[in-house]
Amino acid sequence: MTALLAVEDLTFTDVKTQGWFKRPEKFNLGPINFSINAGETLAIIGDNGSGKSLLAKLLVGAEKPSGGTILLNGQKLHYNNIKQRCLNIRMVFQHSNESLNPSITLGSIIEEPLKLNTDLEPEAREEKVKQTLSQVGLMPEHRFFYRHMLSDGQRQRIGLARALVLDPQIIVADEPFAALDPSVRSQTVNLIMKLQRELGLGFIFISHNLGIVRHVSDRTLIMQDGMAIETGKTDVIFNWPKNEYTQKLVNAYQTMVNA
Amino acid sequence: MSRFSLYQEEYYPSPLQNTWNEFKQSHIAVLGLWFLTFFIILVLVGPLIAPFDPLTQNIDALLVPPAWEANGGIRNLFGTDALGRDLLSRLIHGCRMTLGISLLLVLVAMLVGVALGAVAGMSRGVRSSILNHLLDSVMAIPTLLIAIIIVAILGVGLVNSMWAIALALIPQFIHNTREFVRQEVKKDYVLAARLDGASKIHLFFYSVLPNMFEMLVVQGTMALSIAILDISALGFLSLGAQAPSPELGVMLSEGLQVAYKSPWSIALPGSAIFIMVLSVNVVGDGLRSALRNRMRH
Repeated sequence: MTALLAVEDLTFTDVKTQGWFKRPEKFNLGPINFSINAGETLAIIGDNGSGKSLLAKLLVGAEKPSGGTILLNGQKLHYNNIKQRCLNIRMVFQHSNESLNPSITLGSIIEEPLKLNTDLEPEAREEKVKQTLSQVGLMPEHRFFYRHMLSDGQRQRIGLARALVLDPQIIVADEPFAALDPSVRSQTVNLIMKLQRELGLGFIFISHNLGIVRHVSDRTLIMQDGMAIETGKTDVIFNWPKNEYTQKLVNAYQTMVNA
Repeated sequence: MSRFSLYQEEYYPSPLQNTWNEFKQSHIAVLGLWFLTFFIILVLVGPLIAPFDPLTQNIDALLVPPAWEANGGIRNLFGTDALGRDLLSRLIHGCRMTLGISLLLVLVAMLVGVALGAVAGMSRGVRSSILNHLLDSVMAIPTLLIAIIIVAILGVGLVNSMWAIALALIPQFIHNTREFVRQEVKKDYVLAARLDGASKIHLFFYSVLPNMFEMLVVQGTMALSIAILDISALGFLSLGAQAPSPELGVMLSEGLQVAYKSPWSIALPGSAIFIMVLSVNVVGDGLRSALRNRMRH
């Protein structure tokens, strides 16, 4: 059986020039290898600046990788073919507030991917938007609302609805829970797990919260300075961490939980 | 089929309705809008309601005072000028010329400026940087000065002065659009739309442009008041519209010769310009705060 998403030797080099006389700053990512199956969850954890968000951007096609391949169901994804990619891999942003256009209604925000990527009639599109809104626990009336009328948790649900509306196979989320308060956070986590069970989605998310990672994910990828230093089943990593950095992380988490 | 609606008593105003509801909150802005509407109606139907031809001279009625003076008559409501032309008709035609031309110029400048600014904002590298620095240096010179220079090259006349003012207004539209587009394309919602597979043109029209109206209103009203003042200033200096035509600036400079005998011949066109510019600015200010506030409630 081929994996839903397989990443092979993915690399990215970012050179930042800072003026004429300073040495340009280089950031190397990877090579990174991992794969997930349908219905599985992969968590990416690591320091700030370790390249987690960059990896997410590479997966959804916001940045162009320098090398390596991304295979979806065994098929190679090309950077320029954004249609092929966005029908299958969708992104949920960290700051739901900034990822929604303030001047157009939420309904048209969710409808836009349908307009661009499908041949549905306007009525069918509206039906789909309504259905997606109730899927994420909002009401069909919310499509007349504007961004500023909703709370943070509701905005995150809208972000999720925009990702779900194209019936993707994989959702990539960049710290989707970071800006939410604990109760809304657990609501959102449960919502995503429920949707994943129902739709058989592959879910890749970045998080700093090891509790959520342990609760949600099947596999974990730990990153440091652009390298994937450890990857494996979440249970294994939390019980028998191999790498020194991972051991520190897990120990810190265990002392916090047991205290 | 019954519609499932939890909030039956609620209705969902469109963005336009929202803006109007916010706009109504400010009484001064509404008053300004009334004045502006009055002027715009004059622009549209001016010749139909003007009692006389603005160019017909009447030697029997030179410098007749307005109706509210003791020796004024009802026949010429605002009196006549030194050549016996009816001032009311000239004022109506003058508002039509000055405001109508200014509106046209601002519209043209806005279209051209926003198009160029959008191209410059969406593209990167040397091309957009050259455009930017060139325009920044042009923007440091007042528009009237640029207009005078262009008129000096092209020669005097109304059409030449229109070209001059349109050209002088374009740089600020380009500059502001470019800055705005640059800021917006960095934001997450544009990235989100890009990941939806939107082309650059689609991104501009559907993601960036809806957010740009506030900036366009501010720039548009500023440009409109500048255009009104520039058109009449060039007319006053007899670089723009020429003598017999009933342009407000030309009327001012003609009235200046008989200012002591008939002060109304400069007071009336002067106050027309004043009220026009004031109402444009008040409406622009009201619109801007309305557009800003509708995002808040």
